[in-house]
Amino acid sequence: MNNYETVFILTPVLSDAQMKEAVEKFKNLLTEQGAEIVNEEDWGLRKMAYPIDKKTTGFYTFLEFNADPSVVEKLELNFRRDERVIRFLTVKQDKFAFEYAEKRRNKGGKKQEAYAQATENVKSKKQEKAEPVETEVESNEKED
Amino acid sequence: MAKQSEIRYLTPLSVDVKKKKYCRFKKNGIKYIDYKDPEFLKKFLNEQGKILPRRITGTSLKFQRRIAQAVKRARHIALLPYVTDLMK
Repeated sequence: MNNYETVFILTPVLSDAQMKEAVEKFKNLLTEQGAEIVNEEDWGLRKMAYPIDKKTTGFYTFLEFNADPSVVEKLELNFRRDERVIRFLTVKQDKFAFEYAEKRRNKGGKKQEAYAQATENVKSKKQEKAEPVETEVESNEKED
Repeated sequence: MAKQSEIRYLTPLSVDVKKKKYCRFKKNGIKYIDYKDPEFLKKFLNEQGKILPRRITGTSLKFQRRIAQAVKRARHIALLPYVTDLMK
């Protein structure tokens, strides 16, 4: 079992309900394959940095799960087959990523909505908690 | 040699004190660079969205590799552009 995280983008033409349904589909797929979903975040409709398939926005969803490598293969196969998914990225968490993800989960929860705007703040707050010395340097750098 | 020392300047020469560059990740104890945080990654990009070299940011080789990895991931999921003008 490894820890994985995946971000996928659904096309913006879907309605909210359709979007939820699609996310649900992939979550079910994961649980059926024996994966344990650790965290789910809905970043909502975001503007993308460049157009994909002539679309400038997309529904972002972020999932964290424990699974065997074979499950990832199946998941990605389904991503490719599903035309509602316009982009996906699955990454195995190394030990640093895992630590970071744990911190993020504990902090995250409520802030999902404000995620895009507030990431910077969240990040600095996180560091405040871990090592108070860091934030001073961090804030100085922000000014440049 | 003697001649040079006779030259006087009206204003004292400004001697640039070079600020030593340092790797911010090592200094701050950051171990993981998150690809999901485009605002942070933008610090390591120039206006066209290219990754800045180490000689400018002062990042250590280890973390430069991780920045590059994170930036490339962020580009893939359209959090950062591959090419652009005037990013900031």
